[in-house]
Amino acid sequence: MNSVVCIAQVPDTETRIKIGGDGRHIDETGVKYIVSPYDEYALEAAIRLKEKEGGDVTVLGFGPDRVQQALRESLARGATKALHVKGEAGDADSLGIAKVLAAAIKNLPHDLVFFGKQGVGTDNSLVGPMVAELLGYPQINVVTHLDAAGGKVTAHREIEGAEEIIEAATPAVITAQKGLNEPRYASLKGIMAAKKIAIDTKSIADLGLAESDILNQRVTVVSLELPPEKSGGRKIDGSDPQAAAKEIVRYIKEEAKAL
Amino acid sequence: MPTVLVFCEVQDNKLKKASREALSIGRKLAEAAGGDLVAFAADRAAADDAGRYGAKKLYVTNAGGYNTETYTTAMQAAMEQASASIVLLGGTSNGRDLAPRLAARLNTGVASDVDRLEWTGGKLRARRPVYSGKAFATVEISGTPAIATTRINAFPAEESGGGAAEVVEISASLDSKTTVVETKVSEGGELSIVEADIIVSGGRGLKEAANFSLIRDLAQAIGGAVGASRATVDAGWIDHQHQVGQTGRVVSPNVYIAAGVSGAIQHLAGMSSSKHIIAINKDPEAPIFRIADLGVVGDLFTIVPALTEEVKKAKAH
Ligand SMILES: Cc1cc2nc3c(=O)[nH]c(=O)nc-3n(C[C@H](O)[C@H](O)[C@H](O)COP(=O)(O)OP(=O)(O)OC[C@H]3O[C@@H](n4cnc5c(N)ncnc54)[C@H](O)[C@@H]3O)c2cc1C
Ligand SMILES: Nc1ncnc2c1ncn2[C@@H]1O[C@H](COP(=O)(O)O)[C@@H](O)[C@H]1O
Repeated sequence: MNSVVCIAQVPDTETRIKIGGDGRHIDETGVKYIVSPYDEYALEAAIRLKEKEGGDVTVLGFGPDRVQQALRESLARGATKALHVKGEAGDADSLGIAKVLAAAIKNLPHDLVFFGKQGVGTDNSLVGPMVAELLGYPQINVVTHLDAAGGKVTAHREIEGAEEIIEAATPAVITAQKGLNEPRYASLKGIMAAKKIAIDTKSIADLGLAESDILNQRVTVVSLELPPEKSGGRKIDGSDPQAAAKEIVRYIKEEAKAL
Repeated sequence: MPTVLVFCEVQDNKLKKASREALSIGRKLAEAAGGDLVAFAADRAAADDAGRYGAKKLYVTNAGGYNTETYTTAMQAAMEQASASIVLLGGTSNGRDLAPRLAARLNTGVASDVDRLEWTGGKLRARRPVYSGKAFATVEISGTPAIATTRINAFPAEESGGGAAEVVEISASLDSKTTVVETKVSEGGELSIVEADIIVSGGRGLKEAANFSLIRDLAQAIGGAVGASRATVDAGWIDHQHQVGQTGRVVSPNVYIAAGVSGAIQHLAGMSSSKHIIAINKDPEAPIFRIADLGVVGDLFTIVPALTEEVKKAKAH
């Protein structure tokens, strides 16, 4: 059972977002980058399949040099191979990123291709299904449970108020949701072993793609803005619960026009 | 004449709220662009509702229940027949599953989870929250057709007064590499937080799992959904479907009530776009108060039950 896990490197969830000088990107000064949290569930699922069935787990990241850090961390957790496609992913739209990843995946061993259900930050939930379409694979999104063996994958897909159990033929695309598993931390042994694995590096051109089809294409960011600062409203004393409850109900009825 | 096509979903013979909202903003875009509004559904029962929200035609497929691949093929056929230049999908699980697949097939762009849409200079502009609402990106979609998924609760559903939409049958291949084997409905069909107008959330201040009943009682009295902080989900007090925040659901209800939630940056990211925020916390310095429209400093164990009673009284009138 071979897997590819696509790893997006994103600003730490603690980051206070500031807008960069061009008004279209965030200001990256002082931003700490992490592996996108949902990608950790994806990676863990792939490592568990490898432990059970053998095979390789290749982590794949498209982006600037700092992406190597995210790949290195993933190797330390138990991935066996890594490919870094260099490029300014921040200027690519989701389909551009998907084209790069799909081209790279074609040359990597895989039965399953894993993604996070969403890149934390972009909050798009687009790249996984786009890759599935480009490769002609089935997709199962927002997965909370997974079994794979013998050319078939069975997964639980979370939908509003319910769960679907879906079967698909492999190769297939899976996007991971929280709850799929508890990701492990890197062990000291893992960190040492990861140091011995070379991260393969390619450019967009090496994959036979033109930058003009990847960067600033179908969807472009015109501007990026911070939400209006909330000033914080009224604060009241709740030591008399009945009075506080009355005031809350008045607020909901009169100001929110609900109830 | 740019045609706007809206992907519609039916539940209990009615259009889902997300579909009604997408039709409503779709009608405004069609008006601005001087084109028609049309709809797609897998159920002809959608024709009345779709018409009521302004759709002239309803493309109907025989594809049955939702399946990514068969629906992609059917939507592609509808888009071609309608020569759609704008395609909107309500931001449900299915809408968000389908949109990227369609975009990749047609080599075009999608803006996901948008809360504003505008037709300007022959292009679709969308605003979307990024970094879980810590910033807003305005994007332009230059691919054709331009595709967007709409954030639930961001666009009001408004009827247009139109009659039933004209039904146009389309046939599409039913080939798919996936099969839905079973659908398991969870927890007695509780209202999902993404669709709710009112959410009552509980945090670690509840002290233990059993006390979530206080939150459930209030949510039930008020007709809202139950939300939760990650700390309570991680503690196993409640299922993660209820988690609000950066690694949970991003929600924008009319009213958000947080009890015993401190307001960590990752929690605020998921709910700060709520229209009316009420916080109950015993710590006057809790960060949640910085974004609360109405902050109540006090003990949730006395205030929440009192509020439940007060809500019941208000409803009885
Ligand atoms: C990568 C990452 C992602 C994360 N994603 C999320 C996310 O999606 N959603 C999320 O919520 N968190 C998320 N977190 C966790 C977040 O940082 C906080 O740890 C979490 O939100 C805290 O939950 P809480 O407010 O319930 O608990 P606490 O921070 O412990 O707050 C409990 C509050 O209850 C109050 N309280 C106690 N007793 C009472 C009482 N009797 N009456 C009234 N008030 C009382 C206290 O004053 C306190 O403010 C994430 C963290 C990381 C690192
Ligand atoms: N630049 C990238 N390199 C590798 N994987 C990516 C990249 N961007 C997105 N992904 C993958 O696609 C998923 C969904 O991202 P998004 O569509 O941006 O929400 C992420 O969780 C990653 O698994």
